[in-house]
Amino acid sequence: MSDILGLFDANLISSILRFVTPILLAALGGLICERAGVFNIALEGMMVTGAFAAVVGSFFTGSPLLGVLLAMFAGMLISLIFAVLAINLKGDMIVLGIATNLMTSGLTVFLLRTIFGVKGAFQDPSLLGLTNIHIPILKDLPFLGPLLSGHNLVVYSALVLVVVVQLFLFRHKLGLRLRGVGEEPEAAATLGVSVNKLRYLAILASGVLCGLAGAQLSLGNVTLFVENMSAGRGWIAVAAVMLGQAHPIGVFGASVLFGLSDTISFRLQGLGLASQFTDMVPYLVTLMSLFAIELQRRRSSLIKAEA
Amino acid sequence: MEPSMKVNKPALNSLRWLKKAWFAIQAPLIAIVGGLLIGALIMLITGHNPIDAYSEMLEGAVGGRNSANLVSTINRSAPIIGMGIAASIAFRAGMFNIGGEGQLVLGGVAAALTAVYVPLPPILLVPLALIAAALAGGLYALMAAFFEFKFNVPLLVSTLLLNYPARYFTSYLVTHPFRDVASGMNQTFQVPENIRFALLGENTQLHAGLFITLTIVILAAFIINRTVPGYEVRMTGLNARFSRYGGIRSKKVGYWSMFLSGAVAGTVGAIEILGVIYRYVDGALTLPLYAWTGIMTALLSGSSPFGVLAAGLFFSAVQTGGFGMERKTDVVRELSRVLQAIIIMLVAARASFQFGKQKDTVEDES
Repeated sequence: MSDILGLFDANLISSILRFVTPILLAALGGLICERAGVFNIALEGMMVTGAFAAVVGSFFTGSPLLGVLLAMFAGMLISLIFAVLAINLKGDMIVLGIATNLMTSGLTVFLLRTIFGVKGAFQDPSLLGLTNIHIPILKDLPFLGPLLSGHNLVVYSALVLVVVVQLFLFRHKLGLRLRGVGEEPEAAATLGVSVNKLRYLAILASGVLCGLAGAQLSLGNVTLFVENMSAGRGWIAVAAVMLGQAHPIGVFGASVLFGLSDTISFRLQGLGLASQFTDMVPYLVTLMSLFAIELQRRRSSLIKAEA
Repeated sequence: MEPSMKVNKPALNSLRWLKKAWFAIQAPLIAIVGGLLIGALIMLITGHNPIDAYSEMLEGAVGGRNSANLVSTINRSAPIIGMGIAASIAFRAGMFNIGGEGQLVLGGVAAALTAVYVPLPPILLVPLALIAAALAGGLYALMAAFFEFKFNVPLLVSTLLLNYPARYFTSYLVTHPFRDVASGMNQTFQVPENIRFALLGENTQLHAGLFITLTIVILAAFIINRTVPGYEVRMTGLNARFSRYGGIRSKKVGYWSMFLSGAVAGTVGAIEILGVIYRYVDGALTLPLYAWTGIMTALLSGSSPFGVLAAGLFFSAVQTGGFGMERKTDVVRELSRVLQAIIIMLVAARASFQFGKQKDTVEDES
């Protein structure tokens, strides 16, 4: 037991948000789509595209921030393809999502070779990652200091975006319409709301957010690009949307849970456990949480039945 | 479904059959041409020569000395077709099983361990290894169906997530307890020679396991055509969303189709072990993306077993050709994956129109 508690040192605490961020950003994108009635499982592919584009941008401009911008743009481009095929050509979203993920995993390897002349991974001393910002006063507090301070701009943006998405969906006119499109598309259409336009907006937003998530992977957590470096996090984000019931605060909680399991899995490797078992942790925790939703639902329906 | 089908003039039947066949392959063909054109465009933009790349791809797929590349294409197509059948069985029942990869590796490792460690004569050991593989894959897939029906855990997400534990677990088995340490690699010991599938000739890599794959295709065609369409036809008008990919989602059909789907995936793993690799090597079944390519063949062919056979040969040719292209030009073989994905996107975009039409006719009739 003391071993487990010993894991929660300052190092672990400071890495929590770093691991939470990519899942959270992608999940926010998935959430907006879900609210607009779009089942987007292409998060994974948009994320890996973002991770690659971030490295390209940072390497050639020397500015990690421009890398982040390029990542958002690239994520949006992929989401645009998804949107055209899903909305204009009415393709099945599940099939398109799977195809998008496979296309991007191949395309990034193809471009890795074309642009950098390497296969598998790209790492270079002149590739700059995002700088961490230490917040005065806060950084000296115990626990809160390492938890909240010393992160890069993408991490802070992710936290702000939770609030922004919350306000957008529940306080802004456009967000209200977007939810209307998701819940009652026919009714929304009769009221003169353009269903397609809002779904486009949602898909493009998810592309930008997943691009940002990818940038955090390749310029935040590490400073390199590896083939398929999103490693299923896009799917974990899909699960986070379900666990968080497509509610920004709930999705934030789910992302923290999954990010935490990511962090712990990373740290457990130091304890001499076979890496294969620690690598399983995030996926098992995600699966388990999907059971929890159902058990929770049953309990609340039981309570209702009693009342 | 179409009103014209009520007419029963024998003379028209063959013509109608041709028309139906053309209708079935028209969409995939257009998508393939479109995919190759878009691929060429991508190469042009990135400064590669598409004509060189495609001709090397063709040579790499079917050429070579003594058609060696064609043999590679056929060999590689077997696991792709097998995984395509695995996917089709589930898709046809409305179960979106995208966990083929996990079911495949569990089957592969079960077959390898059975073959290496169980002391039985070959005539018993080969079937036992195949059964162990089918059970390992089938039960793992069944578990996802159980989660879906009993706990509302969406199958699409659970099957995908279950890929990872299966992959890591098999990786653990062959890096720790069952590792052939002396080999220096993460792999099991070799399976005894007397239980490997026979090669179909002196200088060929083609092996007897290909017949098992063919049998699976034929059996799957029988099962799907004899049992599912009955449900399918009745349900199309009632539940458009799920009938789009096949039959209905009754629990019994769901459980059985998931078990069979996983069992086929597991068997594919066993065939690769006993016919090609001769031991379980970490990553050998996952790195070539057999499971994902299989899913794509099912999507390209509308989950029809003989369509999967054709699509599997085609995708296998694209991939094997990709190796040739990578050797001879500066285009990496992963471009093959991009081409396949684009083809699926085009099929998905086109298919929606046809499904839309079908749905309309049903509604018109009722």
